[in-house]
Amino acid sequence: MSINRRQFLKLASVSTILGVGSAAAITSISRSGLEASQSSPDPKGLKAKRWGFVVDVSKLKTEEDYQKCIDACHNIHNVPTLKNPKHEIKWIWKDDYEHTFPNMAEDKIMNKELQEKNFLLFCNHCANPACVRVCPTQATFKRKSDGIVMQDMHRCIGCRFCMAACPFGARSFNYVDPRKDNAIKVENKEFPTRMIGVVEKCTACYERLAVGKQPACAEASDGAIVFGDLEDPKSEVRRLIAEKYTIRRKPELGTQPGIYYVIGGGEHV
Amino acid sequence: MFERALSGSNRYWAWIFFLLAVIGVGFLAYMKQLNEGLGITGLSRDVSWGFYIAQFTFLVGVAASAVMLVIPYYLHNFKKFGKIVILGEFLAVSAVTMCMLFILVDMGQPMRVLNVVLHPTLNSVMFWDALVLNGYLFLNIIIGWTTLAADQKQVAPPQWVKPLIYLSIPWAVSIHTVTAFLYAGLPGRHLWLTAIMAARFLASAFAGGPAILVLLALLVRKFSKFDPGQEAIQALAKIVTYAMCANVFFFLLEVFTAFYSGIPGHAHPLVYLFAGLDGHTKLVPWMWTAAVLAFASIALLVNPSTRQNEGTLKLALVGVIIAAWIDKGMGLVIGGFVPNPFERVTEYAPTMPELAITFGVYAVGLLVLTLLYKVAIGVREENGAVEH
Ligand code: SF4
Ligand code: SF4
Ligand code: SF4
Repeated sequence: MSINRRQFLKLASVSTILGVGSAAAITSISRSGLEASQSSPDPKGLKAKRWGFVVDVSKLKTEEDYQKCIDACHNIHNVPTLKNPKHEIKWIWKDDYEHTFPNMAEDKIMNKELQEKNFLLFCNHCANPACVRVCPTQATFKRKSDGIVMQDMHRCIGCRFCMAACPFGARSFNYVDPRKDNAIKVENKEFPTRMIGVVEKCTACYERLAVGKQPACAEASDGAIVFGDLEDPKSEVRRLIAEKYTIRRKPELGTQPGIYYVIGGGEHV
Repeated sequence: MFERALSGSNRYWAWIFFLLAVIGVGFLAYMKQLNEGLGITGLSRDVSWGFYIAQFTFLVGVAASAVMLVIPYYLHNFKKFGKIVILGEFLAVSAVTMCMLFILVDMGQPMRVLNVVLHPTLNSVMFWDALVLNGYLFLNIIIGWTTLAADQKQVAPPQWVKPLIYLSIPWAVSIHTVTAFLYAGLPGRHLWLTAIMAARFLASAFAGGPAILVLLALLVRKFSKFDPGQEAIQALAKIVTYAMCANVFFFLLEVFTAFYSGIPGHAHPLVYLFAGLDGHTKLVPWMWTAAVLAFASIALLVNPSTRQNEGTLKLALVGVIIAAWIDKGMGLVIGGFVPNPFERVTEYAPTMPELAITFGVYAVGLLVLTLLYKVAIGVREENGAVEH
């Protein structure tokens, strides 16, 4: 049952994007379920053993560089803009060095340039995710095929245990109805909107990967975000990790985050 | 037997209707929450658990404390607890009922609560918590009701409840241990990530729960002809004394590790709770109230003359309960979320509807407690001398 729905959701979004199904395939699951589940995955779909990201902050220079990536994600995923910061929903956002790496921020005499840098933050798609471990319904689960940490909005009971467990603050809860009050400025009909009372987060653009596209943030980043297979020694992400000095957030907690930040990037490196 | 709950004095009925009114208000507030979402609470992206989960955590302890009567009575044959055991068991029933309601009102999608059963997730502590809480509820209902029914007929309780009673002992420990594991196994939550969490939970439970029980026993003695017995009350007061000392000691162990190690992340939640962080001090007065009450009540309890004096005993017990409620509830839950994973401070305070719902749930618990106690007291008044 559960697998079917997951496969269905995956296929439904694929078929919708391909034009096989209609936008209604997602909003009214029961009607077009059969049709959608009969379509097969796109042969162009991107595959990997474990997807990961390398974020080169030296390539993010202006405020717009960051905003482009954030907007790319939030627009296509119908992430609402809510007035009350307590109820904020965000899949990707920026923060300064001190708060991105709070356990390293004690060092007051380090590289000034780095200290003043901002970072792009989103779900790390951890190899050993705490959020998956605690979820009582498997609404948060790690995809066996490629390591993406997924979120099934139709199963989530809204207990917010995963929010307590994620050490990276990567998850948001729908405290208010995101479909109300024009919180979603321009709705992307090809991606489902969420209901009230469930948790959500970055899902590594699984729906774009399925049709051979890069994640939206990577695409919009002009090379600052590189996406690839962490388990493939020949991949671009692996090359960057081998060649540059990268750090991950809170590696000591053992969740094995899948986002590597290239730091420095100046001549001295 | 239950018909005893349906007749009573005017005062009894006034109390029942008062509780029903509070439940009604709480229910209306809950309807609003169902409609508009948890946005009507003070919760946020950073503090995603608050008042509801705090009450839940505190009340699991109250439920577990029944074991402090069951062990001496059934394992050590401490006859003095004979009349009062039932009060502990029924208090547990009421407390677990409230626990479940608090979990339910905290859910974003309560209609989907069965998903926990439909997709059992063995690696989720929450699954186990649901399991042990339900089990404990049934154990206490069955044990309490059958022993009481036997009493009414003036016979010994049937043999088959004995194994259930023994089972209820480790089970009580398990409900609080598993609840502690909800917190203790999360990476990156410094205040919670400590091996002594379960021990702390049990210590504070065995202080707070029996303290409530003693006060209830004193109330029962005042308002009915049923006397739980002076010695039983004093024995319980001693249990409260030792447990409260252990509770404070365990807490001080945490303080030592956090500050002597000098690891900033470990110290920050405690600094936030007791001194405030980045100018945020909402919980500071609460935490100091808890600390002062804890030490003051220990002083009253340890000293035999103030423990044996019912006036000062009552004061001490109220102090223990408030201290445990602040520390186990608000302090523990909010301190785990503040500062957040980015070392930023977002403060939390419950809102009016949130408080109304909380009072509503407490009123449900008190209603359950009142009805069960009414029955138990009725039986006891008739044959107070029964001992088996
Ligand atoms: S970053 Fe947080 S939400 Fe994402 S996989 Fe890791 S633990 Fe889970
Ligand atoms: S809020 Fe939803 S996704 Fe998170 S742990 Fe609960 S059920 Fe799982
Ligand atoms: S990978 Fe996709 S979902 Fe995740 S932050 Fe980037 S654009 Fe958003």
